[in-house]
Amino acid sequence: MQKHVATIAIFAGIILLVLCAQFHILDQYYISVLMFMGVNVILASSLNLVNGYMGEFSCGHGGFMCVGAYVSSICTVLMFSKNHILGAPLLPPQFAFIGFPLALVAGSAASSVAGLVVAIPSFKTRGDYLAIITLAANYIVISAINNMEIIGGPRGFMGMSATERAMQSMLDIPWVLIFVLLGTVFTVWLLRRFVSSTLGKGVPAICQDEIAAEIMSVDTNRMKLIAFMLSSGLAGLAGGLYAQVLGYVNPQSFDIMRSTEVMVMVYLGGMGSLSGAAIAAILYTVLMEALRFLDVWKWVVIPLLLILLMQFRPEGIMGNKELSDLFPKLRKYYSFK
Amino acid sequence: MITGGGPIPEVPARFVLRRGLARTHPRRKAVPRHAARKHHFKAKVPLVEIFQNILNALQFGSFYALIALGYTLVYGVLRLINFAHGDIFMVGAYLAYFVAVTLLGIGGLNLGLHMDPGLALAITVPVTMILTALVGVTLERTAYRPLRRKGADRLYVVITALMAGLVLENGNLALLGASRKRFPDMIDKVIWNLHGVTVTNLKVIVIVASILVFLLLQFIVTKTKIGMAMRGISYDKFAIPLMGIPLDTIIVVTFVLGSAMAGLAGILFAMSYPILEPYMGALIGWKAFIAAVVGGIGDIRGAIVGGFLLGFIEIGVVAVFPSTLRDLFAFSVLLIILWLRPTGIFGVAQTTKI
Amino acid sequence: MKRMTVKILFAVLALSLGAFALIGCGKDSDTIKVGFNLELTGDIPKVGEASKFAAEMLKEDINSKGGLEVGGKKYKLEFIYQDNEAKAESAVNAALKLINQDGVVAIVGPNSSKQAIPAGATCNDNQVVMVTPWSTNPDTTKDRPWVFRACFLDPFQGPVAVNFAAKQFGAKTAAVIFDIANDYSKGLAEIFKTEWEKKSGAGTVVGFESHGTKDQDFSAQLTKIIAAKPDFIFIPDDYNQVALIVKQAHDLGYKGPFMGSDAWGSAELMTLCGKDCIGQFFSTHYAAAGAQGATKEFIDRFNAKYKYVPDDVAALTWDATRLVLQAIQGAGKVDKDIKTERKLVRDALANIKEFAGITGNMKFAGTGDPQKCAVVVQISPEGKFEFKESVCPE
Repeated sequence: MQKHVATIAIFAGIILLVLCAQFHILDQYYISVLMFMGVNVILASSLNLVNGYMGEFSCGHGGFMCVGAYVSSICTVLMFSKNHILGAPLLPPQFAFIGFPLALVAGSAASSVAGLVVAIPSFKTRGDYLAIITLAANYIVISAINNMEIIGGPRGFMGMSATERAMQSMLDIPWVLIFVLLGTVFTVWLLRRFVSSTLGKGVPAICQDEIAAEIMSVDTNRMKLIAFMLSSGLAGLAGGLYAQVLGYVNPQSFDIMRSTEVMVMVYLGGMGSLSGAAIAAILYTVLMEALRFLDVWKWVVIPLLLILLMQFRPEGIMGNKELSDLFPKLRKYYSFK
Repeated sequence: MITGGGPIPEVPARFVLRRGLARTHPRRKAVPRHAARKHHFKAKVPLVEIFQNILNALQFGSFYALIALGYTLVYGVLRLINFAHGDIFMVGAYLAYFVAVTLLGIGGLNLGLHMDPGLALAITVPVTMILTALVGVTLERTAYRPLRRKGADRLYVVITALMAGLVLENGNLALLGASRKRFPDMIDKVIWNLHGVTVTNLKVIVIVASILVFLLLQFIVTKTKIGMAMRGISYDKFAIPLMGIPLDTIIVVTFVLGSAMAGLAGILFAMSYPILEPYMGALIGWKAFIAAVVGGIGDIRGAIVGGFLLGFIEIGVVAVFPSTLRDLFAFSVLLIILWLRPTGIFGVAQTTKI
Repeated sequence: MKRMTVKILFAVLALSLGAFALIGCGKDSDTIKVGFNLELTGDIPKVGEASKFAAEMLKEDINSKGGLEVGGKKYKLEFIYQDNEAKAESAVNAALKLINQDGVVAIVGPNSSKQAIPAGATCNDNQVVMVTPWSTNPDTTKDRPWVFRACFLDPFQGPVAVNFAAKQFGAKTAAVIFDIANDYSKGLAEIFKTEWEKKSGAGTVVGFESHGTKDQDFSAQLTKIIAAKPDFIFIPDDYNQVALIVKQAHDLGYKGPFMGSDAWGSAELMTLCGKDCIGQFFSTHYAAAGAQGATKEFIDRFNAKYKYVPDDVAALTWDATRLVLQAIQGAGKVDKDIKTERKLVRDALANIKEFAGITGNMKFAGTGDPQKCAVVVQISPEGKFEFKESVCPE
């Protein structure tokens, strides 16, 4: 019984939040912050797989998010809203709540394929040189989208809000919030299962010592391929959700600055700690909103806070520990490792 | 860009008189003498364009090279990607602005100075380089050194550098406001026209400066004792202090050299593109870093070659394709280079002991 | 010890969450909130600043008289300014924040089409009135019943520039350099190209080059343009880029004239561009030098208060905000429910057929776009924008 407590608690939490949104107990602004929080948790925990568990330095996560955001947005817009490419919507609005998750899956799939751009060079290249490849990959993605006139190029792409309206025309509940929360839970669940599986143990093994791992019969190339593709695929999921939350995407919102933010969340939480990444993502989102009154100074204060944190706690909030290591009682309900 | 076979229309004489640009550039004649000849040598036009673009690429590549030198020096010694370097370049440009306007008496500190622009420039260059070096050293002392002492993971130092860059950018925005600054004209602009290829004296200064800086740094690193110590640290950080070499001093010297070069790049950039904004260093910094890696990070020659290579690719792409394809092509080429030579052009693979 | 640190961090996290939940409480029913979505930082900060100054001046005017009278009761005005950093995605965020968090009745801005087109979509989707002072791209208001503007459109401005340049420079060929990441710049460049080729024949736009927003070096594009020997170069770009482009063109040996568009008309253009821009022409919304009547009064007061001559953005913001306020008055009452109130304001705004603004008279034909005159100005040696010509729609 006890092992189901955590699952029940999570779903009860989701239902509670959805009810709060449905009956306007939380206003739209808090809901949107909550949704950004979810997106950030997905981003941070997925990057943590590569930068934390595998010990690589990928600084182009924004690029994969961008691929996912665009692909899933294009799918939803083609399916459910009037657009300049095909004209009328392909599908009637009744299919929106099936079509939207499918679009998210398509976005994730596309961004895992984009992850190959980084995964294949990673067989030969390591460390800082691989970091540059990820950085260049980020630029290439942004630049490629900038040059696609049909999807708005540098001026962005919109029309996703029609999907939400289509879903709401069937049943008036906060659909996007539900999908964001489910996506977040799914990501954390998947990553936890992966790194604790026999197969997934190969990822920290590469971090410790790649050659030793290979001697111990870890297929390092395959592991790298899986880790990079999983990580970028989940980033694509985050992108798809982000696009739907905002109703507008622009290549510039996925540039190096976005990748930097995600990296900050990972290292703030602690390399190789899934709960650390999630906590850091939540903390970061809250900080960004709570310090909004500082205006321009916000972007001075937040980096300074992070520099100070690095000075006093250079391993991040959680180090490489999980919540269950710090609060052993939690282990009764759920094991994080 | 070249249309049909028809003659190129003459500039209307009426307009040449009225526009009076000859006033601002007294050294230039209103209509170049060879303009008429061009009709007969149409094939020459692309050639002129190619030479012009080579010069353009040399100029822009010089900036990449100067900034890449700073990345490469610090990386070579510390194995640290100093992501704040692009912003140190920006700070250099702003410091140059404040020194220049103070000396010229048109803003900044009111010291009642009204110097001749030439003299002011002669003072601005060393003062800016010293001040920028101070900024770089301060950053090293306050942010990087404590982390290094604690033995923190290298990546945390990198994140600290990223954050320090953000502090510099946004601190500048918060303190000085969002308005752009215009860098004053320090030298009289001279435009030489060699058969249709135009060169300004500034362009020549920029290109020559970057080559001189390269030669100087190459000399320091390969021929002096300090340089030997720097190479030693990059080879083995733990054995070098045992040889009686002061590790921290050498690291400070590295930061001084790298930041001073960023300061110099800042001045030259501000003179060539006289509009300063807080984020001017971010993009050029990232690109210079990529250039340094493609050249082989840690190698002075690599920084110069990588910088000019990036300059040539960028200008070359824009000259042939729509300019929006620039980043796409430039980064794809760089990616392919790294794919083929995973440690860059001059880089040497590090051997891992088992 | 370490566990202690972590626990402290958790306490901080919990506290900040709590503090965050407290922000945004407290609402006053005797005020009317109008949101401003402005470019306060980023590439064109002077544009946002001018808008904010003009709005502040208007607010003080009305609040010093006890407030805005709606349905027999006076309401104090509260203007909320959000910075959109001159970025498209930030403009959407700022609009959402104004709508959801601040609960504004209507939004003025963004100014540049680059921000106004996506922000307009957001406002239209959320059913909030948006009036842009300065966005001239047709897409901003197209098929959007909730979006209005206070300026002319690019399909009108393009021909103005074409005709003026053809007459003034006696030009047969033209070249264009524009920012491809900017809706405004790209839209106007394309309209200009079509119009010019309609007038002077196909192939007379000898150079059509683009650049990115953050670019600082335009030498390759300008080399191409100069090699094609155009009679003049049309630059529909923001003033900060204009300063760099004009200088670099001169460095590359170009001696011909430039023609600009309304995005040049910032008070900051001349501080950035200096002597390179002197003598150039651009089309704009009003000419401050030689204005009369209400316009002159506005200019003098603005000048006295903020120590510089207001540019067209300031004047257009004044007009746009007055349009919004007139619509709020026209709604007849302030409804408790914000959604109903927004609807009332939209209907009232759609009913305004004519409006006497300080940037000229506007006629609305039900599309949210006014019909008004454009002027062409020349930059004098003192850096003033001197009136050259006025063009009105038939």
